[in-house]
Amino acid sequence: MIRTAKDTKSLFENNLALRTNQGKTWHVIFLLVTILAIVSLTLLIVNIVDSVFGYVVINTKVDPATLMVDGLALEDQTKAQLTEALRMNLSSGAFNKLNTEKDFGDRTRNEILALVEERILKYEVLESWSLADSLFRKNSVIDEYSKLVIENPRATLKFISWLTWDRLVRPQSSEIVTAGIRTAILGSLWTIIITILFAFPLGVGAAIYLEEYASDNWVNRVIQTNINNLAGVPSIVYGILGLAIFVRALEPLTSGSIFGLVDPTTANGRTILSAGLTLGLLVLPLIIINSQEAIRAVPQSLRHAGYGLGATKWQVTWSHVLPNAIPGILTGLILAVSRAIGETAPLVVVGASTAISFDPTSAFSKFTTLPIQIYQWTARPQPEWQHLAGAAILVLLVLLLGLNAVAIVLRNKLSRKY
Amino acid sequence: MLQNDVILETHDLKIYYGDFKAVTDVNIQIPQKRITSIIGPSGCGKSTLLRAFNRMNELVPSSHIEGEIIFDGKNLYDRDVDPVQVRYRIGMVFQRPNPFPKSIYENVAWAARIHGYKGSLDELVETTLIKAALWDEVKDILKQSALSLSGGQQQRLCVARALAIQPEVILMDEPASALDPIATLKIEELMQSLKENYTIVIVTHNMQQAARASDYTAMMMLVEGTRSGTVIEFDETNKVFTRPGDKRTEDYVTGRFG
Amino acid sequence: MKNNENKLSDSFSRQNTTLKKRRRWSESLIQGSLFLAGFFSILTTAGIIFTLGKEALLFFQKPEVKLFEFLTGTAWQPHINQFGILPLATSTLLTTAVAMLIAIPLGLTVAVFLSEYASRKVRNFLKPILEVLAGIPTIVYGYFALTFITPLLREIFGKDVVNIYNTGSAGLVMGILILPLIASISEDALAAVPRSLREAGYGLGATKFEVVFKIVLPAALSGISAAIILGISRAIGETMIVAVAAGAGPNLTLNPFKGAETMTGHIVRISGGDLSYDSIDYDSIFALGLVLFLSTLLLNIISQWIVKRFREVYE
Ligand SMILES: Nc1ncnc2c1ncn2[C@@H]1O[C@H](COP(=O)(O)OP(=O)(O)OP(=O)(O)O)[C@@H](O)[C@H]1O
Ligand SMILES: [Mg+2]
Repeated sequence: MIRTAKDTKSLFENNLALRTNQGKTWHVIFLLVTILAIVSLTLLIVNIVDSVFGYVVINTKVDPATLMVDGLALEDQTKAQLTEALRMNLSSGAFNKLNTEKDFGDRTRNEILALVEERILKYEVLESWSLADSLFRKNSVIDEYSKLVIENPRATLKFISWLTWDRLVRPQSSEIVTAGIRTAILGSLWTIIITILFAFPLGVGAAIYLEEYASDNWVNRVIQTNINNLAGVPSIVYGILGLAIFVRALEPLTSGSIFGLVDPTTANGRTILSAGLTLGLLVLPLIIINSQEAIRAVPQSLRHAGYGLGATKWQVTWSHVLPNAIPGILTGLILAVSRAIGETAPLVVVGASTAISFDPTSAFSKFTTLPIQIYQWTARPQPEWQHLAGAAILVLLVLLLGLNAVAIVLRNKLSRKY
Repeated sequence: MLQNDVILETHDLKIYYGDFKAVTDVNIQIPQKRITSIIGPSGCGKSTLLRAFNRMNELVPSSHIEGEIIFDGKNLYDRDVDPVQVRYRIGMVFQRPNPFPKSIYENVAWAARIHGYKGSLDELVETTLIKAALWDEVKDILKQSALSLSGGQQQRLCVARALAIQPEVILMDEPASALDPIATLKIEELMQSLKENYTIVIVTHNMQQAARASDYTAMMMLVEGTRSGTVIEFDETNKVFTRPGDKRTEDYVTGRFG
Repeated sequence: MKNNENKLSDSFSRQNTTLKKRRRWSESLIQGSLFLAGFFSILTTAGIIFTLGKEALLFFQKPEVKLFEFLTGTAWQPHINQFGILPLATSTLLTTAVAMLIAIPLGLTVAVFLSEYASRKVRNFLKPILEVLAGIPTIVYGYFALTFITPLLREIFGKDVVNIYNTGSAGLVMGILILPLIASISEDALAAVPRSLREAGYGLGATKFEVVFKIVLPAALSGISAAIILGISRAIGETMIVAVAAGAGPNLTLNPFKGAETMTGHIVRISGGDLSYDSIDYDSIFALGLVLFLSTLLLNIISQWIVKRFREVYE
């Protein structure tokens, strides 16, 4: 039997409509899932903002009126008067301990005021609410407050922002009302500077070697593979490495004792230097890989022009390759720095301090950093501290956003040469 | 050709990329202070041969040569010869203009500086740009980026850049192929004016250009049945173009003319 | 002109009468230092293997530790000398599994959407968002897990079912963290599928959906598996989310609503206190570190191997 073309065609099912619908359905699913991803990012941000503002009930254990001198409230007293208040109200042991940590003469008036509030008045947060609760369940907030105020007559209900300028410039403290993130921010800065000083020259040097000098032999292939693998090692493993090498094996160096620069409050290897070097090892592969990409993007014709003029390899690299690769290299550096600024786990392992309230003075000081501070506050069982952690997170995120904006501008502005 | 007029001389030169022999058995003598052109179909190894003259080939890691290239009484590929030194004395202009993304001034001055030039750089830049017939066009914009120049100007700047360190030989690989006819003419005029002091070796696809501008011509072809190129004819230009000794040369030259 | 020429020539310290090789000490010195910079990364790896290996060896040499018990023991209680890795490893695997349950389907869908469906405008808007998501420090995700996801889970499933610290919440948030990683690597793999293949599909009258699912996805499969393996490796090594949200204290359970400490979480908690160098706790973190290092290294190598093979297909 002979079939005509028309007959054969009729053997196919006419299912086009069905197939088209199937495609449309999936298109919608894709869109929904992608939106879900965006929503989770939004939720993350909203959740943080939600915890940074809201109502609190604040109480003082001691009536501030009892500390008035010559009719002056605490806020208006001089440094000497505040120091006197401390001497009067603290045990002499506690007072002397504060004095040996840092001489009262060297402390600013604000630092001493903070001490008075922290050690004598003892502000406490009796209850706190999120922004959403404060806005949408105001009645229950007021109910709670009116119950609390019966037992605590000095308690006041206030709508506050947990993130204030004051928090930024105040040192870390164990009292929730006075605790600030100055110590942590300075610690982060010190650490990052050491990280950059260590990892940037080493990383760019390695990248230049691999791109410009290395011939294709097994040694160089091993180096390249090794770098790619290091980029995938979990950060906590770097922490363990840092603990064994920098904190323990190189203790004389990282504690500063071979330079005679030991910080008396530290006196071991758990210093800013160890932290910076550990983070340096961690970001080194990132810096190398990014710099390699930037160097590879410099057109070959430029190198040839240089060689054609009888320049040596280093002359070509230094005068022509590097200047043209520098925007890419810097972008890579900024990305590495953002990674290092947010790292927490390796620093916990290296030995961040849980409670220091003094600015670091050298690379051999004890350290804490912003993410460490966030971790410690988040991990506290009392929920009020999570508001403070939220405030610190906001600072961290703004810092990172700023860095990334710089990276994007660099990338767009300086890379339009060819 | 008198022996002491020869500046570059190859002996059984073979050039490889890995196992692939791109150029084989080249024996030519390049005369001093003349323009020599290398012509031939695409892929026959013209650029490869040219780049062997100042050891630029070495930048391709897999490449190596057999045979010799004698320059100044010495084999350029001897173990104790310094490739950097070679390129200092034998300069190069590339197919596409490749100025450094720096100022015009810096483009000319850079190489002089790295080679320890002790005279006045301003003076050097000026005389070099005059020689490269570019001075009048750029004297007021020396500090501007070289990338702001037109393609033809960029290429003359690349010639100037090579001239600034006073090489004895200048190698040019299709220096005008990316340029329009007027810019091409300017480059050709420039070559004529340079011939007084420099030896020029130029690769070109343009038969008229070879016929017009060069004193000697090397004709390259793939060796029958292989992928290796060689010089099948090397002589004074008008001889190669009017009375070629090789049938293949005649076909190629006339084919291109026609 | 001629005169000028000579004058200029003289100003070069013209050693070019010779072609002799010169020893350029500074060049050699620079090359040497650059090589050392490159070689330093080998030292890092050697350092990791050496320190982890050495301290782990010390750990296993202690009389109270036996390798067999380490690998099969169901309790990790250092104070009574029980060192069985199973409770820690199980919760690591549990959080990883929950994370991948979120990250694989969502990550792949986002990748397919971005590479095959989204217009250029939509892509230019979405990609930076994913990059931002990937750049947020993990401690922030930990905070999110503890203060948002956990209360949400407790609201949904009941406060007596879901503990305050639980592996489910940590795993879920870890999934969100890893989503961009999987999405971006998979998208690269999809984009690498040659146009000609797609055109062949359309040429046969296939719908877009059919081309994407039956031609492009299978062709990119090895790249996608590499992305997934990399995601798993990342999840195993992830620390702060589990340290904050998954709970302290080893607990052998497969219930994602209960608290259970992972390997990484345990290392962080143990070293958070003032760890003395001679304690068995100190040595134990190196043993756990070694396990982490080896397993993530293995996964990374597999993923690189797959990517390499994938590349060869199209060249
Ligand atoms: N870097 C390289 N690696 C391997 N082979 C190469 C390389 N450069 C050129 N070749 C090969 O060597 C042969 C000669 O190339 P070459 O560039 O010298 O030809 P050409 O005559 O200059 O051609 P054209 O006129 O197209 O410029 C060609 O077969 C080419 O494929
Ligand atoms: Mg060529």
